[in-house]
Amino acid sequence: MDFAFTDEQEALREGVRTVLDTECTPDALRAFELADESARVAQSQNRWAVLAELGAPALVVPEAADGLGLNDVDLVGVLEEAGRAGLPEPLLQTAALAAPTLAALLPDPAATAALAALVRDDVSFAVGGIDVTPGGLVSPTEVSADGTLRTPRVVGARDAGLLLLAVRDADSGWQLHAVPAASCTAYATPALSASRDLSTVHWPLASDTLLAYGVAAEAAVGLLADRAAAGTAALLIGLTERMLDLSAAYAKERHQFGKPIGSFQAVKHLLADARVALEFARPATYRAAWSLATAQPTLSHDASMAKAMASDAADRAARVALQVHGAIGYTWECDLHFFLKETWALSRDWGDAATHRRLVLAQLRAG
Amino acid sequence: MDLTFSPEEEAFRAEARAWLAAHVPTRALPSLDTAEGFEAHRAWEHTMFQDRWSVVSWPVEYGGRDVGIFDWLVFEEEYYRARAPKRVSQNGIFLLAPTMLEYGTEAQKARYLPPMAAGDEIWCQGWSEPDAGSDLAGIRSRAARDTAHDGHWILNGQKTWASRGAFADWCFGIFRTDPEAERHRGLTYFLIAMDTPGVTVRPIPQIDGETGFAEIFFDNVEVPEDQVLGEVGAGWSVAMATAGSERGLSLRSPARYTEAADRLLQLYASRGGPSGSTDAVAQAHMDAEAYKLHTYWTASRVARGHAVGPEASCNKIFWSETDVAIHTAALDLLGPEAELLEAGAPGEWLDGYLFSLAGPIYAGTNEIQRNVVAERLLGLPRG
Repeated sequence: MDFAFTDEQEALREGVRTVLDTECTPDALRAFELADESARVAQSQNRWAVLAELGAPALVVPEAADGLGLNDVDLVGVLEEAGRAGLPEPLLQTAALAAPTLAALLPDPAATAALAALVRDDVSFAVGGIDVTPGGLVSPTEVSADGTLRTPRVVGARDAGLLLLAVRDADSGWQLHAVPAASCTAYATPALSASRDLSTVHWPLASDTLLAYGVAAEAAVGLLADRAAAGTAALLIGLTERMLDLSAAYAKERHQFGKPIGSFQAVKHLLADARVALEFARPATYRAAWSLATAQPTLSHDASMAKAMASDAADRAARVALQVHGAIGYTWECDLHFFLKETWALSRDWGDAATHRRLVLAQLRAG
Repeated sequence: MDLTFSPEEEAFRAEARAWLAAHVPTRALPSLDTAEGFEAHRAWEHTMFQDRWSVVSWPVEYGGRDVGIFDWLVFEEEYYRARAPKRVSQNGIFLLAPTMLEYGTEAQKARYLPPMAAGDEIWCQGWSEPDAGSDLAGIRSRAARDTAHDGHWILNGQKTWASRGAFADWCFGIFRTDPEAERHRGLTYFLIAMDTPGVTVRPIPQIDGETGFAEIFFDNVEVPEDQVLGEVGAGWSVAMATAGSERGLSLRSPARYTEAADRLLQLYASRGGPSGSTDAVAQAHMDAEAYKLHTYWTASRVARGHAVGPEASCNKIFWSETDVAIHTAALDLLGPEAELLEAGAPGEWLDGYLFSLAGPIYAGTNEIQRNVVAERLLGLPRG
């Protein structure tokens, strides 16, 4: 038993934090929201290039496929840092979802080509077509009369080079495709957070984009959803830490009745309860990463537990953070809202806390 | 990172499991908050001690096996899994002993630890006073040097809410030895035999009618100076070491909660599954597991030679709230049967519920703990 990160893993996390502290400041996020399309794309591409230089997108790609050959335990701290920074780019989709999903399908030609684009061309990925419900996974992808597929709420399609898209047919089951952006039409869907890149994607069903179908696709999609739950939990842990840092700093600086508001127990206890929730969601999230890395039979349970606990911790921290900031936290000028909006989206993305509690219980009763 | 136990740890688990299977009483012992039950639990401690299972993490010379922190956690998992009796010696073995191992003299360790391990001397804790609960540094019970009898102290005052105080053999407590000093200084940590002349015990019936705790009166109680633990005047820092054990790793092992959450799951299944309690059952399971994982996380730090950090101040809030939540969910599942004092399922959960409600109060109320978390972990200013 050794439930700890290695020095190398800590150093990797630290490296990512250092980069994001420079490249993904609240000022950068503000500029990102206000920028015109070309300036926004330039900022995004620049940041992605820096992350690619660190090897972040290809962290878990096997060395044989020119990746770094690391695993989910190495990745979890990186994702936490991405969450902490409010990173707008699709690191989760690319590094934690597309990369291991494609790697597991090698030497399939479509997977090989897609993975090569990820590693060599620094292409980012969008992922869509899978919804997590208390009853299990469903696909929101619809087939229109002309045979075109329509997938709503795809994250990361705006700048993606490739899209990992799923569709489920009542008769033939799941299909998973890696579709080049050029073959898709993405209709942007405005969302609360301007940095959340959501689209409805129209795409053609083609045999040359098919990665897996039937039983293989069902397994791949199931594992992808577990990775998404665990990875989103890591993002939420980072967001929670950030919101609490901002709130504690503000509570020390803001004075009322002649004292810092953080000296009042009513404020202290709000923040302490949020801090306790973070403290116990964190090891659950690290355990899920380990279970994925070592293919534990409990990995679905562990991923769902991580997501349920991290969603609840983040939602609580968001609520407390806004309350502690008071009216200033309700303004667009204050940095807090970037992290609030990201939290509200991610706490529900890939299944909210209540959904994952049901899934945990279903796993226990099946086990 | 490796979340599996080693073959050695698994072998230790198998040994503990086999011993417990052969020795745990098949019928539940009478409540340890009764005179009869107290002695039955003492006998159980002695049975464990004879085969060196009562204090596995202690040094061999004092009756332990000198095993590491993960073996201790494994033992605790097996202990709760076997549904073995409550530990009547817990104040001594889990709270006083770690403090004594750190602050005690060699003579004190040799004198007190073996009979503590054997259950021959059961300890209670004399901290709270009628006017000093959360504000522990406000204690007024005092100790003065005995002018007539060199090397002795005279203790006067009153302690209260001493768990197991009604039947215990010894008491560890803090007394004010320097009334002039700043209130956190001038305190001294004493070890007192309960049969010393001048000690009067008045049992207090608890919410369930049993006498789990007691008031202890000290009326010119003479105590020799080798019964001072740590330096004279350093009682607060010695006491905080005990409090650290109480709130940190050693008092509440995660197995207690994972075992209760497993039983809750069985109850849920036996009641036909999905109900208004479904979310609460799932959450109870997750919280118990999260506490276990957090303990492994902290223990891994300790095993790597790091100190338990200020994060441990989160523990007490979390395990006590988890305990209440597990038992509330069980009572909700039992519905109208929850109030029944029957042996077996309903009565046991009700008993556990009452005990769980003490958790957010003892060992420093959760409100005090939240202040600690806010100040030490978040860096907020003291009020």
